[in-house]
Amino acid sequence: MPAVSKGDGMRGLAVFISDIRNCKSKEAEIKRINKELANIRSKFKGDKALDGYSKKKYVCKLLFIFLLGHDIDFGHMEAVNLLSSNKYTEKQIGYLFISVLVNSNSELIRLINNAIKNDLSSRNPTFMCLALHCIANVGSREMAEAFASEIPRILVAGDTMDSVKQSAALCLLRLYKTSPDLVMMGEWTSRVVHLLNDQHMGVVTAAISLITCLSQKNPDEFKTCVSLAVSRLSRIVSSASTDLQDYTYYFVPAPWLSCKLLRLLQCYPPPEDGAVKGRLVECLETILNKAQEPPKSKKVQHSNAKNAILFEAISLIIHYDSEPNLLVRACNQLGQFLQHRETNLRYLALESMCTLASSEFSHEAVKTHIETVINALKTERDVSVRQRAADLLYAMCDRSNAKQIVAEMLSYLETADYSIREEMVLKVAILAEKYAVDYSWYVDTILNLIRIAGDYVSEEVWYRVIQIVINRDDVQGYAAKTVFEALQAPACHENMVKVGGYILGEFGNLIAGDPRSSPLVQFNLLHSKFHLCSVPTRALLLSAYIKFINLFPETKATIQEVLRCDSQIRNSDVELQQRAVEYLKLSSIASTDVLATVLEEMPPFPERESSILAKLKKKKGPGAVSVTELEDNKREGGELNGEGDRGPDPAAMASSNASTPSPSADLLGIRSAAPVGAAPTSVGSLLVDVFSEAGPAAPSAAVNDDGFLSSASPSEDPAPPLSEADELLNKFVCKNNGVLFENQLLQIGIKSEYRQNLGRMYLFYGNKTSVQFASFTTTVSCPGELQSQLNASDQTSGTTGRGWSPDPTGTQHRVLTDFSDAPLLNIKFRYGGALQNLTLKLPVTINKFFQPTEMTSHDFFQRWKQLSQPQQEAQKIFKANHSMDTEVLKAKLLGLGTALLDDVDPNSENYVCAGVIQTKGQQVGCLLRLEPNGQAQMYRLTLRCSKDSVSRRLCELLAEQF
Amino acid sequence: MQFMLLFSRQGKLRLQKWYVPLSDKEKKKITRELVQTVLARKPKMCSFLEWRDMKIVYKRYASLYFCCAIENQDNELITLEIIHRYVELLDKYFGSVCELDIIFNFEKAYFILDEFLLGGEAQETSKKNVLKAIEQADLLQENIDFQMRLFAGAAWSSLWCQREADL
Repeated sequence: MPAVSKGDGMRGLAVFISDIRNCKSKEAEIKRINKELANIRSKFKGDKALDGYSKKKYVCKLLFIFLLGHDIDFGHMEAVNLLSSNKYTEKQIGYLFISVLVNSNSELIRLINNAIKNDLSSRNPTFMCLALHCIANVGSREMAEAFASEIPRILVAGDTMDSVKQSAALCLLRLYKTSPDLVMMGEWTSRVVHLLNDQHMGVVTAAISLITCLSQKNPDEFKTCVSLAVSRLSRIVSSASTDLQDYTYYFVPAPWLSCKLLRLLQCYPPPEDGAVKGRLVECLETILNKAQEPPKSKKVQHSNAKNAILFEAISLIIHYDSEPNLLVRACNQLGQFLQHRETNLRYLALESMCTLASSEFSHEAVKTHIETVINALKTERDVSVRQRAADLLYAMCDRSNAKQIVAEMLSYLETADYSIREEMVLKVAILAEKYAVDYSWYVDTILNLIRIAGDYVSEEVWYRVIQIVINRDDVQGYAAKTVFEALQAPACHENMVKVGGYILGEFGNLIAGDPRSSPLVQFNLLHSKFHLCSVPTRALLLSAYIKFINLFPETKATIQEVLRCDSQIRNSDVELQQRAVEYLKLSSIASTDVLATVLEEMPPFPERESSILAKLKKKKGPGAVSVTELEDNKREGGELNGEGDRGPDPAAMASSNASTPSPSADLLGIRSAAPVGAAPTSVGSLLVDVFSEAGPAAPSAAVNDDGFLSSASPSEDPAPPLSEADELLNKFVCKNNGVLFENQLLQIGIKSEYRQNLGRMYLFYGNKTSVQFASFTTTVSCPGELQSQLNASDQTSGTTGRGWSPDPTGTQHRVLTDFSDAPLLNIKFRYGGALQNLTLKLPVTINKFFQPTEMTSHDFFQRWKQLSQPQQEAQKIFKANHSMDTEVLKAKLLGLGTALLDDVDPNSENYVCAGVIQTKGQQVGCLLRLEPNGQAQMYRLTLRCSKDSVSRRLCELLAEQF
Repeated sequence: MQFMLLFSRQGKLRLQKWYVPLSDKEKKKITRELVQTVLARKPKMCSFLEWRDMKIVYKRYASLYFCCAIENQDNELITLEIIHRYVELLDKYFGSVCELDIIFNFEKAYFILDEFLLGGEAQETSKKNVLKAIEQADLLQENIDFQMRLFAGAAWSSLWCQREADL
């Protein structure tokens, strides 16, 4: 017979429990319970006073019923009565009931606290412990108020029994966790810290939990614990396995205490005192050594306890991140565990290695295990272990192994558990972007992602691929080709249709030359998917169609036919119907010029942090994406709106007048004011006079349709140029279009054209807020001597409404002679009453007026020699700031405006360019030579120009570009 | 540690100990979901899993699952051994413990746990010391209380579960 009869038995309780267990059905059980509850209720209410035993028995039955999952709404008073019984067993049951079942009934708490107070002052250690256990179990604020000042006294008093000290320490910890403001250590601090030296191991074990928690909150006050902890740890680690008697667990001395000591040390930086640090390093080495020793027992408890200490030690080593030797040893040890037969160890090793991967000292060592980790991803039978392997691959990924890791993750995705697919997709998308050397690989990867796990590809992922394709002209043709091929699959995911529709709508022309992907083939392919798609995707496709009309006039008739059919023009969805109607009308009344302007290629997106990263972070909690720092969430949120809604539907932005709000309308839709016909006309007329030889045009003026010109214009002086103005300017040396500036309120896009000594620049002001700006004015000026070098004039037709201005500000430049400064753009407006005043440099640089000059090698060297005066040459040697990739460099040099000459320089690594700068008065010939040194990541740039000031200025400008 | 749950293979909760303040409703929800999650796992799987924002450490002894929820920085292996030490304590106290001991003497299981863990942290890891404390308490009871013996356990014997080999 089992020894269940130890202590007291409660026969009635045992019978009741047996009855419940014998119940055949849930209903029978409930019936039996209700009968019992009625019985107990009548007993408690009856006039006959119950004896202690009965009370205890009934309270115990109530507790059992509660633990079965039923609600108990009486009996609390009887339990409180039991607390003041002088029979231990009754008191104990009373406390148990309170611990499990107490709710914040203030009346009751007062009574309970009274009983606890009595027991705490009873000097009977058994009673004191019961009372302390109860406080620790309930841990309510009322209890903290009543006892937080009393317990530290009990904890450090000289005559307190060890067992009471242990309970007091942990009781205080619980109160500190619930009400830190009420627990004042103050004068007790040093005596509590010295409990680490206590002779009784149990006291140390309990006290260290309290000390660790307090140290986390007040590290300075408790920092003396570091040396005490180190010496305690050192004594344990070096003790023989039998020294600590009952605190030795399966031949491992004091594993719990060791782990807690190592945990406590993780609250602090490495000890400054050399002796303490030396002793600690010795301990850590001993722990690592012990891991290599043969086990003293075959029991799993032995190895678990030993390895628990080892993992905690490794955590400490990683926390310090300053001992390369220990870090590498830790990594090797974990490497052994990666192939261990115990699943638990493999799991922990993968987890721990993840943190090692982010340390510069051990990153390389972690990378050597890549094959094992990939194997784990493929063969582990437990999804949680596979998840760890995927995390580790993500953490160890860098430029050297990105292709391999991404490929493995992609192939794993095909069979991955549904629970982790979305996270895997995000990880693959992030790695592919972060380590993309050539963007065709990136495009392939994302399209594969959509193909393999389309359902798990969130909007952020496919928005992002579109942003990247739009911003990088070197990949646009490839993307169009690839997406066209992907769409050939009979069943392709809707996300693929979205990406396909968007990309072909923008860049379908790049592959239209091939008869296999002629405009009509492209259109028919897209349209074959149309009927299977959801409304938002259909809306996107309609926008792609209207873009097709612009790209390929030969498709106009076919597409108009489609738009005209009833299922479009009379679609029950208001958004689809509106698009069909408007696009049809637009395509039939607008001239080709107008169409070309309205349906122009999307401007580049502002370079920003990937929103995918933010999403992953949200999914995994902070720390999950430790490798890449993230900016604050607020910005991320804004970005999702901004890019997200711009992402899917640019065509609508250019044409739809958002007069009717509809469920799928674009947030960035155009202000309702501009009728489709009118806006393009004005833009058109602007285009006409771009290159007219008109002199400086009308002085700056603010035009707006809200008639606030009459209100007082801001009279303040223009602000000085922003500190980053030069940096912004540098972004545009090699390109003509992009986002010039952006803050929380405003985004300024730029588009410019140059011919000979004339330039025209369009500035697009985007209001990012939800309210109108008041008194919006812009002024362009040429400071100082620039006035005599450059004519700059602006023709503003700005806007202050929400969203993007349909009518850009035009600025004309006429270069009279060479110049080095840039014209200033001042913007003033009122937002929420405050005057915003900012000044930027317009990216008009001397190189914009380059005419490329093709010449032979012979001509080049002849001219090079002619420009041999020392002041005609400017040379600079500088470190590479950007990718040294050949294609990137070529694109930049072409963007500069010069001709890139092949076969001139005997060294094929070098680049040679030639061009002529056109000014009104004269032409300046320029020759350029750029010599990259890939090994040293350096460049030497040499310029020879017929005018020395031009050499110097170009040299300055260009040194920032590579 | 945030909480400890003991439940049977059939998903019946046998003991629950919460070290963080939660409403009854939340406790029930957590219990229901976690029991389901753990029972769905196969025998050779790893004893740790990430669940919500916690780490779960569990181990099965005969028909009973012992399951602890710990915080992210806590040590999984040492928690596994906390479970084992608790099982050892129960085993020593009841003499070859089984699920029925815990059902019929749930209050004892709570008392032993309170001596071993308090506020979710190890209070006393020495097996001897914990058992000494419990025995002292039992002694107090024997002296004061009228002896009541449980009815014969013979009728249950067919129900005794098999003890796990390494106990």
